[in-house]
Amino acid sequence: MEQLMADLKKQIIEALNLKHLKPEDIGDDQPLFVEGLGLDSIDALELIVLLQQKYKVKLANPQDGPTIFKSVKTMAEFIRANQPA
Amino acid sequence: MNFITASSAIREQRVFQNHHEIFRDTQLVLDDFLLATYQALAIDYPKFYKMDRSSQLGFLASEVLLRENIIQSYSHESVALVLANAHASLDTDLRFYESMKSAASPALFVYTLPNIVAGEISIRNRIKGENAFFVTPAFEPHTMSLYVDTVLEKPQTQACIAGWIDVLHGHYDVFLYLVEKEKRGLSLDHKPEELTTLYQQYYGTVDGRSEKTDH
Repeated sequence: MEQLMADLKKQIIEALNLKHLKPEDIGDDQPLFVEGLGLDSIDALELIVLLQQKYKVKLANPQDGPTIFKSVKTMAEFIRANQPA
Repeated sequence: MNFITASSAIREQRVFQNHHEIFRDTQLVLDDFLLATYQALAIDYPKFYKMDRSSQLGFLASEVLLRENIIQSYSHESVALVLANAHASLDTDLRFYESMKSAASPALFVYTLPNIVAGEISIRNRIKGENAFFVTPAFEPHTMSLYVDTVLEKPQTQACIAGWIDVLHGHYDVFLYLVEKEKRGLSLDHKPEELTTLYQQYYGTVDGRSEKTDH
């Protein structure tokens, strides 16, 4: 889980062009949207693409987005629960 | 008569404000140069990192153009924006096309219109006045001055940011200027001849005729 979260932080920085951040700047439980990293709706789409590309995980119900993308930890938990064997 | 009161340019990895060079790093490729310029200007605007090259160039040139807060006295509705370039959003269109071969990037897609840079400058400076974006083969001082004068004829418009923001495959040319009804700053008559000279002078500057001013 720790490694997955570390990988996710690097991938989020790369996918969202957050060149002002380092992986260690992103807390496991830090909110990704609004008051946290300040991501927006376009970033959410990029995160969906990232999950599909890197982990072959699809977001079946878009309404689950706010829960899944709440933090790096919730993203990692979602990947673990849904990644193909 | 309207007046050109300020100008900025980014050419050949050098940044100018009213013909004074304020930053240069000619060793860097464009993307790295844009980031270095952003850092050198000590700007704090994280959205910059997400912009495409055209928006980054336009954003940086506008930051330099307006760094003395010269439009602060105007209402948000009284500042207009008139921009032009030769290659529309092709630089980003091609990158988006490449991304489609694996997974289309939504973040790139939102920049596949040439006038997005006008939106970025407007958001940053809370500009709510009239705006237009033209695609022409080269910078056209006559067309630009005619249109800007027309915009400034409207009583609600007091100032207009205008210029050229073109980029494709790492080659770029950025020239912005501010036109106001009040004579101040550069105090140049807003006429095509003056605009042509001003635009070309930056090429002269790039050729090494200006004195370097460290930021």
